[in-house]
Amino acid sequence: MVGAASLTEAPPEITLDGLLASSRGRDLLTCIQCGTCAGTCPYGDVLDFPPRRIIGMLREGMIEEVLASDSLLFCVTCYSCMAKCPRGLRLTEVLLPLVKEQIFARLPDVPAELQKALTNTLRYGNPQGESAKKRAAWVASAGVPVRVLSADPRPVDVLWFVECYTAYHPRGQDNCRATAKVLHALGVDFAVLGSEEKCAGECARLAGETGLFETLTDANLKVFGKYTFNRIVTSGAHAYDALAHEYPAHGLAAPVEHTTPFFARHLSALKPLFKKKLGYTVTYHDSCVLGRHNGMYEEPRQLLRALPGVKLVEMTHNRINSICCGGGGGGMWLDTFFKSKGQERLADRRVREAVATGADVLAVSCPYEVSRFEDSLKVLGYEKKMVVRDVVELLAEAMESPGAP
Amino acid sequence: MAGNIWVLAEHWRGRLSDLTPELLTLGRELAGGLGGGTKLEAVLLGHGAQGLAAALAADGVLSVDHAALAEPNPEASCIALAALIEQRKPQAILVPLSNVAADLIGLLPARLKIALVNFCRDVRVVDGRLEARCVLYGGKLEATVTVASAPAVIGVLPGSRPASAAPSAAPPVTEVPVELPGDLRVRFEAYVDPEPGDVDVTKQDVLVSVGRGIQTQDNISLAEELAEALGGAVSASRPVIDQGWLPLTRQVGKSGATVKPKLYLAAGISGAPEHVEGMKGAALIVAVNTDPQAPIFSVAHYGYAGDVLEFLPALTAAVKARKA
Amino acid sequence: MNILVLMKMVPDIVEELEIAPDGKSLDVEAVRPIVSERDDHALEQALLLKDKYGGTVTVLAIESRDVDEVLFTALAKGVDRAIKVATGEAILTAAEAAALLARVLPAAPNLMPVQLILTGCQAIDDLDGVVAPALAERLKLPYLGIVTGVEVEADGSRATVYKEYAGGTRGRYGVCLPAVLGVQAAPKPPRYVPVAKVRAAMKSRTLETVEAPAKEETSFLEIVAMTKPQETGHAEMLEGSPEEVASKVAEILSSRGLA
Repeated sequence: MVGAASLTEAPPEITLDGLLASSRGRDLLTCIQCGTCAGTCPYGDVLDFPPRRIIGMLREGMIEEVLASDSLLFCVTCYSCMAKCPRGLRLTEVLLPLVKEQIFARLPDVPAELQKALTNTLRYGNPQGESAKKRAAWVASAGVPVRVLSADPRPVDVLWFVECYTAYHPRGQDNCRATAKVLHALGVDFAVLGSEEKCAGECARLAGETGLFETLTDANLKVFGKYTFNRIVTSGAHAYDALAHEYPAHGLAAPVEHTTPFFARHLSALKPLFKKKLGYTVTYHDSCVLGRHNGMYEEPRQLLRALPGVKLVEMTHNRINSICCGGGGGGMWLDTFFKSKGQERLADRRVREAVATGADVLAVSCPYEVSRFEDSLKVLGYEKKMVVRDVVELLAEAMESPGAP
Repeated sequence: MAGNIWVLAEHWRGRLSDLTPELLTLGRELAGGLGGGTKLEAVLLGHGAQGLAAALAADGVLSVDHAALAEPNPEASCIALAALIEQRKPQAILVPLSNVAADLIGLLPARLKIALVNFCRDVRVVDGRLEARCVLYGGKLEATVTVASAPAVIGVLPGSRPASAAPSAAPPVTEVPVELPGDLRVRFEAYVDPEPGDVDVTKQDVLVSVGRGIQTQDNISLAEELAEALGGAVSASRPVIDQGWLPLTRQVGKSGATVKPKLYLAAGISGAPEHVEGMKGAALIVAVNTDPQAPIFSVAHYGYAGDVLEFLPALTAAVKARKA
Repeated sequence: MNILVLMKMVPDIVEELEIAPDGKSLDVEAVRPIVSERDDHALEQALLLKDKYGGTVTVLAIESRDVDEVLFTALAKGVDRAIKVATGEAILTAAEAAALLARVLPAAPNLMPVQLILTGCQAIDDLDGVVAPALAERLKLPYLGIVTGVEVEADGSRATVYKEYAGGTRGRYGVCLPAVLGVQAAPKPPRYVPVAKVRAAMKSRTLETVEAPAKEETSFLEIVAMTKPQETGHAEMLEGSPEEVASKVAEILSSRGLA
C-alpha cells in the first residue's frame, strides 16, 4: 500500500484522465458497479457517495458534485468496502483518501470538534491538546523500568511507538502500563521516544488532512533518525498502519509490528508467565486495522485462548464482518456531527452485539475502541454487565499472582 | 499633596453593579492607608442616575450628568473621566473589570498618558505607595506591582474585598459639568436582549456547569441528567458557549451571568478569572477537573481531580439512590 | 473596504510557565508563544467582512518567536498582505506595543488609511495597557470593545457594532469609520485552514517587513515580584474512585438540603 507521496508514482488526480494516467487509477475504473461496497458500509444508508457512486459520478464527468458534498465525513475508513469488493479494488487505500482530501480542502466549515483535534495535533503532537512535555508522564507509574531515549540514547532493539490516546488518556495509560509489564516480563530490550514522539497522524490523513500527516511524518522520521533501533513495535492500531504502510515510502526502513501480533509470536514464552485464572467469558472485537486491513484475525484469538480460565465467544459479526467502532477517518472527533445528522454512533451498534453474546469482557486491540466502547456501555446502561479491556491488559492481568485483587 | 482615591461607580440599566460596593471597601482601605486627609470619592457617570449616589459608601460623589452617558458609551465616558481627572488629579481611580467599564481600562490611561495596573485582585498601601497583586496568563502567575506614578488607573477584579454596606447618611453629591462633543463617533442605539423562553441561570439554586473538560456536545447530556436529578439547570463557561453547544444565556462569567446559587458544580472548568468572577459567590462550590493544579480548586470548597465524564453519571446515580 | 488586523503572541498556558531567576519576570526561554485567542477571532471577523463586502485584509504583527507561522496561516486563510514589524523579538508590554504600533502604522508603505482596525479586545498579558483602545487613542480613532458582531454601511462611512454585556444581552452601537474595534468573539469560530495550504503559503508568499522606530517610552509599572498564585484558600480534595467520591459528595449535598 502506498500513500500520497509514493516514490514510484505520483498520486492519481480525481479526474478520468488523471486516473487513467496511473495504474492504481486504472484499476479503480474497472469497478463493475455491483454496489457491494454501499451494502457493506456501516453508514451506507446515509453516505450519499459510496465508492460505487463516486466511480459512477467520475465516469459521468460529475465528480465536482461529490467533492462539494460533506457526506464523506461519514466514511470512517473501516476497510469494509475494500475487503468485500469482488474486484479487490483498493477503495480505502487509494480512492477514498484521494476523494476525502479534496473534499476536506473544500469544506466551508470543518466541524468544530474535528477542527480542534487537528489544530491540537499540529501544535501539540496529540489531538487532546496536552503539552508534548507530558507525553511520557505515564512512565513514572509504569511499575517497571521504561527507558526514554532522550534521556538514554544508547542503541535499543525495539522502539516502542506509544501513540497519543495510549500516552495521555487514563485508560490508554492502563494499556501502556500493561504493555510495559509484558515487554519487561519477556525480557525485551525496548525504549520509548517520550515527549519527542508525535502523533503518527493516520486518522488525520484519512480525514483528508494530508498536509498535517506530511508534517507529522517529517517530524517523527527526524526523531527516529537520532536513534539506533532494530524495529518498531506500536500499541496504536492506526499508528501501525501509518508506520508499516506509509512511512517506508518516506524513508523508514525498520520493520514495524503491532503489539498484539508481536505478543502472539512470543506466546510460548508468555504462557509460563500466566499465573492467574481469569474466569472471564470474552468476546473479541476485530479492529478494522488489524483485521480487515492487515488480515490479523487469529493472532489476538491465539492470545485470548491461551489465557487461563478464559472462554472465547464470537459476536455475530466477527473477523472480516466486524462492525467498526466509528473512530477512524476522523470519526473519533465527529460524533457531534454524526448526531446532528441524526445518526447513532457505530460503537453503540457494536456494543449491543457484544452484550448479546453474554460475555463479561469485550476485548479490543485499538486504543480508540476502549474509550468509544466504554462510552457506549455507559450510554446504553450496560456498564455493570460488561467491561472493555485491551488484549494486552488481559495478558498483564493473567501475569499477576493468583492472590492479587 | 497626593490626591484622593476614586472609585468608578459602575451601574447598568438602572442598578449599581455588584463590583461597586467591593471597590468602595477597597478604596476606603487605601484612602485610610495613605492617610494625610486622603478622601474616598465615587465617580458617577450617567444621565439622571443621581438616585444611586445614596447607596455609595464614599466621602463624596462626583456626578457627571449628560444625555450621552445614559447608556455605556466608551467615547463619552473617556472624555468625561479624562476631564475630571485632569481637573482634580486623584491619586488613583479604581475601575471595575466588567464589560460595562472594560473599554475605559484601555482608553483612559492612553488618553492621559498615565499608568494602568490591570487584573488586580488586591491593592494595598506599602511604604506610602500603592502596591497591587495582579493576575496574569489566565491565572497561572501573579505579579506584585508598585504603582509609582499618579494619577493611576487601577483595574480591579471581582472578589478583592467584601461589599461595603450602604452608608447610613447619603454622601454629598457634587455635580461636575463636562463638555462633550455634539458629534460623538460612537453612539449607543439599543439593547438586543436574548430570546425569552430559555433558562435564567441567575435564578437557579443549583447549577451544573460545564467547561472544556466536557469534551463534546454529546456529553452535556451527562450534566443535564445530574442537573435534573438535583432540580437545577446546566450552565457553561465561555469556551462551551463559543462552540455553540449551549445558548448564550447559559454562559457564566465575565461575559455572561454572575450567579450565586446554593450549589455550583464546576465540571471540567479550569477556573480562569473570567469564569470565576461569575460564580465565586456561590454558597457551595464543588469542582471536578483532571488537573489538580487547576485554578478552580482555589475557589472551590470541595474538589476532585478526576474525570468529569466518569464523575457526573456516578453522582447522578448516587443522588438518585438517596431519593429511592 | 480595507481592514487591518493586528495580531500578537502570548505565552501558551497549556505549557507550564516558569519564573526567571530575577524573580520578577517570565522565563521567556520556557515560553511557547501562541497567537492571542481573541486576535484569531478578530482575524475571522475581518475575513467574514471581506467575504461579505469585498476589499482587502492586511495582517500586521510585531516580530516575535513563532510569529511567521501565524502570518503565513493568515495568508493561507485569505488575507491579502502580511506585515511584520522588525523589533529583533524584543519583549514589549502591551502599552509599549500600542505606542510602537501608533508610530509604525502611519509610516508603513501603502497601508493607511484603512476603514477598520480589528484586534482582540484583551490578551492574557495586558498588565500595563490594552493594545486596541490604547492604539485608538493614539491614532485619534473611535473605539468600541467586547465586540461580537460587525456590519458595515455600503459607503464604508459607518459600522453597526454589537458589544457583549451580561446575561446574553448585546448593545447595538453606531460607530463612525475609520475606527478600531476590540473583538471578543467573531460570529463564527475561527475557520480551519489545511496544513497543506499553510505550507504552500510558506513557499509562495512573502512576509513584508517594516522597521520599528526606537522604543519611545518605558512602562510606568515596576514589577516587584512574579509568583505562582498564592492561594487564599483551597478546596478540600476528595480522593477515591469516581463512585466513591460521588457518594461523599451526595452526602455533603444531602447535609445541606440540596439532594
